[in-house]
Amino acid sequence: MALLELRQVGMRFGGLLALEDLNLEVPEGGLYGLIGPNGAGKTTVFNLISGFLRPTSGSIRLSGTELVGLPPHRITALGVARTFQNIRLFGELTVLDHVLVGQHLRGRARWWQAVLGLPGARREAREQERRAWELLTAVGLAEVAHEPAGQLPYGHQRRLEIARALATGPRLLLLDEPAAGLNPQETRELMTFLQDIRRRYGLTLLLIEHNLPLVMGLCEHLTVLDHGLTIAQGPPAAVQKDPAVIRAYIGKR
Amino acid sequence: MRGWRPGVRASSLAALMTRSTWLTLAAMALLALCLAAAERFGNEYQVRLLHNVAVFITLAVSYHLINGVCGQLHLGPNAFITLGAYTAALLTLTPAEKAATFLLTPLIWPLREVSLPLAPALLAGGLVAAGFGVLTGFPVFRVRGDYLAIVTLGFGEVVRVAANNLQGLTNGPLGLKGLHPLDSLWWSWGVAGLTVLVVHRLKNSSFGRAMQAIREDETAARAMGVDAFRHLMLAYVLSAFFFGVGGGLLAHLITTISPGLFSFFLTFQLLIIIVVGGLGSTTGAVLSAVFFTLAGEWLRVVEEPRQVFGLMVPGIPGLRLVIFSLLLLLVILFFRRGLLGRREFSWAALGAWLSGGRRSKSRG
Amino acid sequence: MDGVTLLQQLVNGLSLGSLYALIAVGYTMVYGILRLINFAHGDLIMVAAYAAVMGVGLFSWPWPVAAGVAVLLTGLVGVLLERAAYRPLRRAPRISLLISAIAASFLLENLVLVLAGGRPRAFPAPGWLGGSLELGGLYLPRLSLVIPAVTALSVGAVFFLVYRTATGRAMRAIAADWEMVSLMGVDVNRIISLTFLVGSLLAGVGGILWALKYPQVNPFLGILPGLKAFIAAVLGGIGNLAGAVAGGLILGLLEVLIVAAFPAWAGYRDAVAFGLLIVILLVRPTGLWGESLEEEKL
Ligand SMILES: Nc1ncnc2c1ncn2[C@@H]1O[C@H](COP(=O)(O)OP(=O)(O)OP(=O)(O)O)[C@@H](O)[C@H]1O
Ligand SMILES: [Mg+2]
Repeated sequence: MALLELRQVGMRFGGLLALEDLNLEVPEGGLYGLIGPNGAGKTTVFNLISGFLRPTSGSIRLSGTELVGLPPHRITALGVARTFQNIRLFGELTVLDHVLVGQHLRGRARWWQAVLGLPGARREAREQERRAWELLTAVGLAEVAHEPAGQLPYGHQRRLEIARALATGPRLLLLDEPAAGLNPQETRELMTFLQDIRRRYGLTLLLIEHNLPLVMGLCEHLTVLDHGLTIAQGPPAAVQKDPAVIRAYIGKR
Repeated sequence: MRGWRPGVRASSLAALMTRSTWLTLAAMALLALCLAAAERFGNEYQVRLLHNVAVFITLAVSYHLINGVCGQLHLGPNAFITLGAYTAALLTLTPAEKAATFLLTPLIWPLREVSLPLAPALLAGGLVAAGFGVLTGFPVFRVRGDYLAIVTLGFGEVVRVAANNLQGLTNGPLGLKGLHPLDSLWWSWGVAGLTVLVVHRLKNSSFGRAMQAIREDETAARAMGVDAFRHLMLAYVLSAFFFGVGGGLLAHLITTISPGLFSFFLTFQLLIIIVVGGLGSTTGAVLSAVFFTLAGEWLRVVEEPRQVFGLMVPGIPGLRLVIFSLLLLLVILFFRRGLLGRREFSWAALGAWLSGGRRSKSRG
Repeated sequence: MDGVTLLQQLVNGLSLGSLYALIAVGYTMVYGILRLINFAHGDLIMVAAYAAVMGVGLFSWPWPVAAGVAVLLTGLVGVLLERAAYRPLRRAPRISLLISAIAASFLLENLVLVLAGGRPRAFPAPGWLGGSLELGGLYLPRLSLVIPAVTALSVGAVFFLVYRTATGRAMRAIAADWEMVSLMGVDVNRIISLTFLVGSLLAGVGGILWALKYPQVNPFLGILPGLKAFIAAVLGGIGNLAGAVAGGLILGLLEVLIVAAFPAWAGYRDAVAFGLLIVILLVRPTGLWGESLEEEKL
């Protein structure tokens, strides 16, 4: 069974049909890409999977569990984490705090246990902090752990958003244009980074990207959207040659 | 606070922890000593002022939890304070005193007969306010921002109207008189200390971080698995509890309460306190509460008529509030971060500051 | 309740409701354009009332002159308020903007308290507005007819401005997409000032009418009508002009009719609006005719 399975998913905003009959199967461990011109409906797909929007039709399953109707925090708890197209960090919180917030949902201590400082709660807090450092070291942000996130350079912010998502302990990671605004050098680093975390944490990745070379080089399978319609699906090499895809992209430019 | 780089070795960290723990304990002992001295040697006015300071610390720090830590502009503290005040007052008065107060409509049955010591009465005040918090939390947290502000603002109005009309429970517009005054500074300062401790620890826990994440970006927080409703509800109900307890203290400090006493003005005062202290800083809320209680006392003079060199100078009612609202406006327009921004007190930071400004990177 | 009493109460409710409507339209306009609850909007009602009292009492102006000047002055105060307290914070966190609005509201109230004293003042009313008409057993105070008429005229003028003029088109465009319009070279600040002017003029007219209806003027008289008008605006779907009018009328009728039907509840009259607000938020947070509440696009 696929880890993520979308069946006949449709989304309508008032009169606008943003997505129609999307079918998608992402196998465990896969690295899938979602591409398409501006306004194609890619971010909408992420919002549907992560529970910020409710599809007007269709079903979304994670290893067989229906996600439609669950609130975002429950979906995250089931193992789906995401980043945002326009980076959304917790402004004044430090880098370390971001990762700790990401781990919060896995904590077992109750609030009053934390307030009373019971041994179990303290042990858990120490354990979370240890893992946070581990993660920050792994993604190369340990140096800036005590900086407020808002003051980091752009590339670090992108990285932090991914680190924060990783901290929630996901099985599936949704990345919305992770390379946007990065220079070629940073983009190459990002590619290695993504491959690396995928292996290290046994992740399944679903990625939206405008940077076609990056997608072609990275993804095993692509879905191409245009005006909410699926115009092509398949391995990068095949999709690249698809006339509908070429038309959609060239038509826009 | 967590201001140390990973390079600091565990042993020195432990040493520092114990040192700051010792310093904290010493500071608390010193405070206790001062309070004991004030209670013995201070005059009535000074003791009353100290009570006031403690009550305002309690109220401001609870307000800071929902408003500063969670970033929700809750405008109804006065409603919760009123609930706590009435509950505690009705429980501590003796049956005879109640019978003498409720002349028009007798007090309803179980309350008519009971009389409790202050501690359980305060607790009950807190619980009633918290219960009201649980009930109102559901509609309140369906909305955010401006709407949340207006709904909670409405609570003060609703509670006032109810207190005026529920004669058999509140004695209506006449209010309650002759409450037993607080007999020791430990009541107010004990509650203040407890509130600060709870809020401080909560803020620095995983839950408090999640609350701050909601403040910074609720959508992102939810995407990280934070159940925004539960966390906001927790902060809201907990603050309601402390508002209730603080209200009970306030009632027994003033000894006479009536429905209009805890008006939106009280909420406004608390708002100024936490904004000037730095929205989001517990330390700021405490310091600012102390400052404003004393400054408010001092400014009271401008509103009261008094003798100056034998001349009768009329007081100017409202001037104090003009000053306060101008101050709030100026702070929010030009010094939005207030006194402390979001920083907190720590011995390490204090030490660094004292030893010549070589500020360590502890923000926190 | 017999037919005549019911009719009588309907007239009362309509009169109160149209006052709420008048104030609510100003609220909703400002909200629509700035997405801000102008907490000080209610206090503008009070400013108008005091200005008229001063005009008649201090300067011995004829009543219509005093009322006219009071309304203009209120418009000016509204514009100044936006310039001083809201514009500098347009890009600040919302909570700062709201706090600024609350501070401004307190400042207005207490400034008037300091300047004019706390003693309530009698509001001067010209003779031709007093008295009442009797119509088949129905007792109609003139004021109850004047208030809806003035409201209809003022609101009609605003509708014309918003839906029939270029300025109105700019206002609606800004309400829909602020950034976009400023990119297109429209002077956003001018339009926002204008919106505040119009909204505050409405509050000024509302203030004069309110003081005619309740002729005891004190520095805090604007708080309650302000809150209720806001609730009326939310009921109608905030940002929606026609909704604000409908919301105001519904709230006025409800308050009057509930008290008429259950006289024992008269004391709870001021809580009706807040009860209603809570019900709206629970059942339909968008109000009766609102589009969705500012849901942010991800
Ligand atoms: N919450 C919403 N309400 C109404 N319309 C929306 C909403 N979210 C998205 N849309 C519309 O749906 C369409 C698809 O938007 P979406 O953000 O999914 O595109 P995208 O493929 O991510 O584009 P881009 O490459 O620009 O990020 C657009 O026309 C957009 O305006
Ligand atoms: Mg997108």
